[in-house]
Amino acid sequence: MKRRDFLKAAAGGAAALCSAGSAEARPNKEPLENAIGILYDATLCVGCKACVRACKEINGLPPVIMGEDVQYDASRGVSGSTYNVIKVYKNGTSEAKDREIDGFSFAKKSCMHCVDPACVSGCPVSALTKNPVSGIVQYNADTCIGCRNCMVACPFSIPQYEYHDAKGQIQKCLFCNQAGVERISQGLLPGCADVCPTGATLFGTRKELLAEAKKRLASKPGETYTYARGRASDELHTHEKDAPAYQQHIYGEHEVGGTQVMHIAGVPLKKLGMPELPERSYASIAEGVQHTLYKGMIAPAIALAGLAYVVKRNTSKTDQDDPDGQNSRRPGPNNDRGEP
Amino acid sequence: MSEHQQVEGKILTLPFMFLGVLAAIGLYFLGVRFTDGLGAVANINSGYPWGIWVVYDVVVGTALACGGYALAFVIYVFNKGKYHPLIRPAILASLFGYALGGFGAFFDMGRYWQFYNIAMPSNWNFNSVMLEVGLCVITYIFVLFIEFAPALLEKIGAKSALRWLNKVLFFFIALGVLLPTMHQSSLGSLLIIMGSKVHPLWQSLQWQPLMALLTALTMGFSIVIFEASFAAVGFNRRPETPLLARLSKAIIWLISVFLVVRLAELVLRGKLGFAFAGDLAGNMFLLEMALFIFPLVVMLSRGRRDNARLLLFAAVSLLFAGALYRFNAFLIAYNPGPGYSYFPSVPEIMVTVGIVAIEIMAYLVFVKKLPVLHSAEHA
Repeated sequence: MKRRDFLKAAAGGAAALCSAGSAEARPNKEPLENAIGILYDATLCVGCKACVRACKEINGLPPVIMGEDVQYDASRGVSGSTYNVIKVYKNGTSEAKDREIDGFSFAKKSCMHCVDPACVSGCPVSALTKNPVSGIVQYNADTCIGCRNCMVACPFSIPQYEYHDAKGQIQKCLFCNQAGVERISQGLLPGCADVCPTGATLFGTRKELLAEAKKRLASKPGETYTYARGRASDELHTHEKDAPAYQQHIYGEHEVGGTQVMHIAGVPLKKLGMPELPERSYASIAEGVQHTLYKGMIAPAIALAGLAYVVKRNTSKTDQDDPDGQNSRRPGPNNDRGEP
Repeated sequence: MSEHQQVEGKILTLPFMFLGVLAAIGLYFLGVRFTDGLGAVANINSGYPWGIWVVYDVVVGTALACGGYALAFVIYVFNKGKYHPLIRPAILASLFGYALGGFGAFFDMGRYWQFYNIAMPSNWNFNSVMLEVGLCVITYIFVLFIEFAPALLEKIGAKSALRWLNKVLFFFIALGVLLPTMHQSSLGSLLIIMGSKVHPLWQSLQWQPLMALLTALTMGFSIVIFEASFAAVGFNRRPETPLLARLSKAIIWLISVFLVVRLAELVLRGKLGFAFAGDLAGNMFLLEMALFIFPLVVMLSRGRRDNARLLLFAAVSLLFAGALYRFNAFLIAYNPGPGYSYFPSVPEIMVTVGIVAIEIMAYLVFVKKLPVLHSAEHA
């Protein structure tokens, strides 16, 4: 009897769970209408790292120094003091730019400002949020507890905790629009795109940038192509150059539901440190599971009611036998007592 | 007066003092963590933000502390009163395991002085699995304390408080079954958002919560067998082998369901080949499987499970199996991409060792000062 009661309660919980489940499994989030972004074209990048320096100056980050020869920022990867870094890919003799074999290419690593960001989904205290208009992934150190779930969740390992500071916080690219900087809100370019001499780091809306990337990928290698500098829509500051042989892959168009920072290159993006990722965002899967189980706390509430009922029944007999209520709550030794 | 009694003996034994030294070393390095930052003590880095303090102290540690949960399920939900002699020591071990897991999570937090933000509803992100884990574990620590309170009240002879508590205890026992079901499964769900950084052999996506829950229960039952066997040897008490052997039936079912789900997920998603790749991840998977299957072989035979020694080996194997499953998923086969590596530093390990030492010391003090272990001469 008792086991049947429990099973009944459990079945109720399972039913609530299933009905909530069908309603809650969600698809990837769609890109915001006016989402801003960056298009990084590795074939235009000359590796000058002006973007790294501008980023540090605007965001008040110290340079990374290696060895005695202090001439240049030596950041090797994103860290608590580096939001944006330019790396190099080399193969064999490194003869030709943007070629996979015996060639070389530059590569960029910075926050991709995902359309459906895992860091935002995983943050328990809403310290990371996605701006509802621009789509910038923002951070609030005043609520952050430092659990670093954002770091393990990010497929690009972008959010960085300051491990060598007793009062460290998470650091990442905030698109130069955090309080006190607010370059986007003022109509300025983010630092990296502002200083890029070739337009390799190009600012625009995600829509503009996606259209521009598609146009570049459709160009014939060797034909003259007009490249904008700074802003994708800028028709004044342009330069002409022979189009390279692009890989037919806009990294960030579809990866984990799309990103607002997108990369194109002459070398496979995987070689440039961009991980191969599925189109379905992991945030959508995790949230689907979580909301299936906890929607409105209905399933847990039903389970608690069922459990409380069963436990009460299984312990009350001892209470009646024990007027002092002193003995521990040991039910009768014959567990089948009460069965018909 | 009570069916439970305290163990005779002095507190300051030689093993106790040795544990005290380990605890002191751990606390020293913990102090350095607070003055100089996480990086001064731990080897965690940009690619491996979670090291052994999260994976052992919290993820494995709370699963090892599931004895109270597993037994409460059997005793109060399935009404198997005969296991009652085991519940108090199990609840006590769970209380320490969870309290120190909570403490571990606290000192691992990069912004621990703001930890209260997780208790502020205005900050809650209901999409976050971490939120569920955090709130649920905090609540469960309080519930465990209430579940253990009768032992304290018996000790001080607070009869009216005890009578009052016994009237409402059923509700806390029910919570004590519900909450671990929630957060132990969520500890598995934490892996979903880590996506392709988690090796395909452990990235089961929607199946993560079920696998975490099943292994938490096997670890809970195993720790009950382990602790009861050790208490029998260490405190020279009558062994409870017949009682423990019968717990095997529940364990057999749990392991079987786990193995079926685990292997079916790998076969249906075409990932079984990774198991035989001959690399670290593949070999770790095979080792993990062996640790799950050995106890199954022992427990399936009546002759073998009635052997106290074999049963203890089976329980230990199952503890390692569940712990290795977690270590593999979160650390050993976790891959953030080229250029990152992690192995815990000595100070980092000493903090964890110190925490475990404190846990064992506290357990020893409690069983010697409070009526926790079941009376040997009980009918």
